[in-house]
Amino acid sequence: MFANGKENATVSSRDAMGNVQTKYATLFEPPNELAFQAGTILGPTTVAYETYGSLNECRDNAVFICHALTGDAHAAGYHGNEEDEKPGWWDGFIGPGKGIDTDRYFVICANVLGGCQGTTGPGSINPATGERFCLEFPFLTVSDIVSAHSELVRHLGIEQLLAVVGGSLGGMQVLDWAVRFPDQVRGAVVLASAPKLAAQGIAFNAVGRRAIYADAGFANGKYYDGEGPRYGLSLARMIAHITYLSEDSIELKFGRRLQDSDRFAFDMQKETEFQIESYLHYQGKRFVQRFDANSYLYLTRAMDYFDLAEGHDSLADALRNVKARFLVASYDTDWLFPTGQSKELVSALLQVGKHVSFTELPCPFGHDSFLIDLEPLTRMVAPFLEQTQLAGRTPATE
Amino acid sequence: MSSTRYQLPDPTVQLADDLIMRHIDNNSRVIDLGCGDGRLMQRLSDERGCHVVGVDVEQHNVTAVIGRGLSVVAADLNQGLADIPSDTFDFAVLSQTLQQVQRPKQLLTEMLRVANRGLVVVPNFGHWRVRYEVLRRGRTPITQTLPYEWHESPNLHFMSMHDFRDLMQSIGLRIVKERPIINGRAVDRPWAANLRADSAFYLLERTSVTPS
Repeated sequence: MFANGKENATVSSRDAMGNVQTKYATLFEPPNELAFQAGTILGPTTVAYETYGSLNECRDNAVFICHALTGDAHAAGYHGNEEDEKPGWWDGFIGPGKGIDTDRYFVICANVLGGCQGTTGPGSINPATGERFCLEFPFLTVSDIVSAHSELVRHLGIEQLLAVVGGSLGGMQVLDWAVRFPDQVRGAVVLASAPKLAAQGIAFNAVGRRAIYADAGFANGKYYDGEGPRYGLSLARMIAHITYLSEDSIELKFGRRLQDSDRFAFDMQKETEFQIESYLHYQGKRFVQRFDANSYLYLTRAMDYFDLAEGHDSLADALRNVKARFLVASYDTDWLFPTGQSKELVSALLQVGKHVSFTELPCPFGHDSFLIDLEPLTRMVAPFLEQTQLAGRTPATE
Repeated sequence: MSSTRYQLPDPTVQLADDLIMRHIDNNSRVIDLGCGDGRLMQRLSDERGCHVVGVDVEQHNVTAVIGRGLSVVAADLNQGLADIPSDTFDFAVLSQTLQQVQRPKQLLTEMLRVANRGLVVVPNFGHWRVRYEVLRRGRTPITQTLPYEWHESPNLHFMSMHDFRDLMQSIGLRIVKERPIINGRAVDRPWAANLRADSAFYLLERTSVTPS
């Protein structure tokens, strides 16, 4: 239940929403290539995305969902290809009558640039060489990811989004979006996130990347013909996964319980004695099946580099021109993106007189809470979206 | 022990709200400390065109204010206002809340750090009925403005108008305006205010010279 919340989605949207499908857009056709922050240009690129609900006549009901580090475009509903298929990663939050109500809103979610779930990334074929990019893929930042999302929105014929919503790395995208494309965003929902990645976050990312580099299967990123850095990537995931949990949740779920027996085996050959070990191994193994190590390297680096205040005098200064109203929420047990970092953002927004609401939600599930504890989130996000839409329809007096 | 419990009557709330509304300039920036469900915020926004931010500790209140389309920050006033930048607001409102926080002195100072002016409404413990109740019954008084049994009262501090003036002087805040509320009316310069007012309204300002 901790990994990405998929398992926790109890309300089925299989019937209510019908099957959903991933679509693909080709953007940045030359000569309108995407200019990366680091200076490289790239185009055309493919962006994988899904949409739920429908765009209304005045086109003021589009909500964009930014996924976190290892998410994908499949945020809600079912693809309908498998019998025991799991719904999208935020299915408990997005759907008819849910927190982001697809009966009212047109919801878009796209796989990030540099990812490996359908959008162009290091595992894609470089049209210039006919080979996979591998580490030749341009250096990637959160801004580059947002540039691609922003272009997708224009491609879909939407001038302005009612809101951009995201948690963790997704929240960073929301912030970058509101700052760099102020006219495109009316509402910004930033969950379990921060205006910059703190040293602790960079530290954990560094260890994860080191695990991948140190794997003999990594082969300097050109591993697509072989098995790839399976152990390294799995280890990276195990480490990262611990940072998504909390002391309480890990204690509650596993404690010191042993995996196969009531007694210690006193056997150094035995790899998994405790339940928590077995759980982490399982998470690592499962992750390798669905994720590309090169994407992991690029995306964690993008996260490391993220600092909204970069290039400005201060964080408040960076936020001076945003037009969106903000909803910021943190979780009391999240030690990867602790509440203090959200408060720093809120302070800066208040300083420049922006509309912001903030709360710290109590939830035992650590950083992953935003994927699991959807009820309190629903109670805040639903009225926030409703009011943001209303404010856009009546001439603003605030 | 008396089992009588009065509820804070709505007219009192209404009166306090009206008084506050009257002292806030149009289109100003206002922070409402202990904003509750955002009742006053809504009026300030609708009737005065103010940019209002609420602060409240209760999650249901935070949700209620968001539901009004207004801005609210969840925070415990007992922890001070560390997350609110200095000089961000023209007015800070603290209505019927000061007596309920753990460190009133600190909060008042904080209030006038984040805002240029403070609007405070507090119950007056110097009211004759309060004194009479203590003297006659020898028990913690229960009155209309202090309607709680001592053990379930949210009020942690009891001050009279005299006490409040002393405090303002000691922390270097100037009382620009004082309006005792007597029998549901705000009165300008009444006789024996500290005996007759069941609560009082204050407009506060920083003094330029901070006392040592």
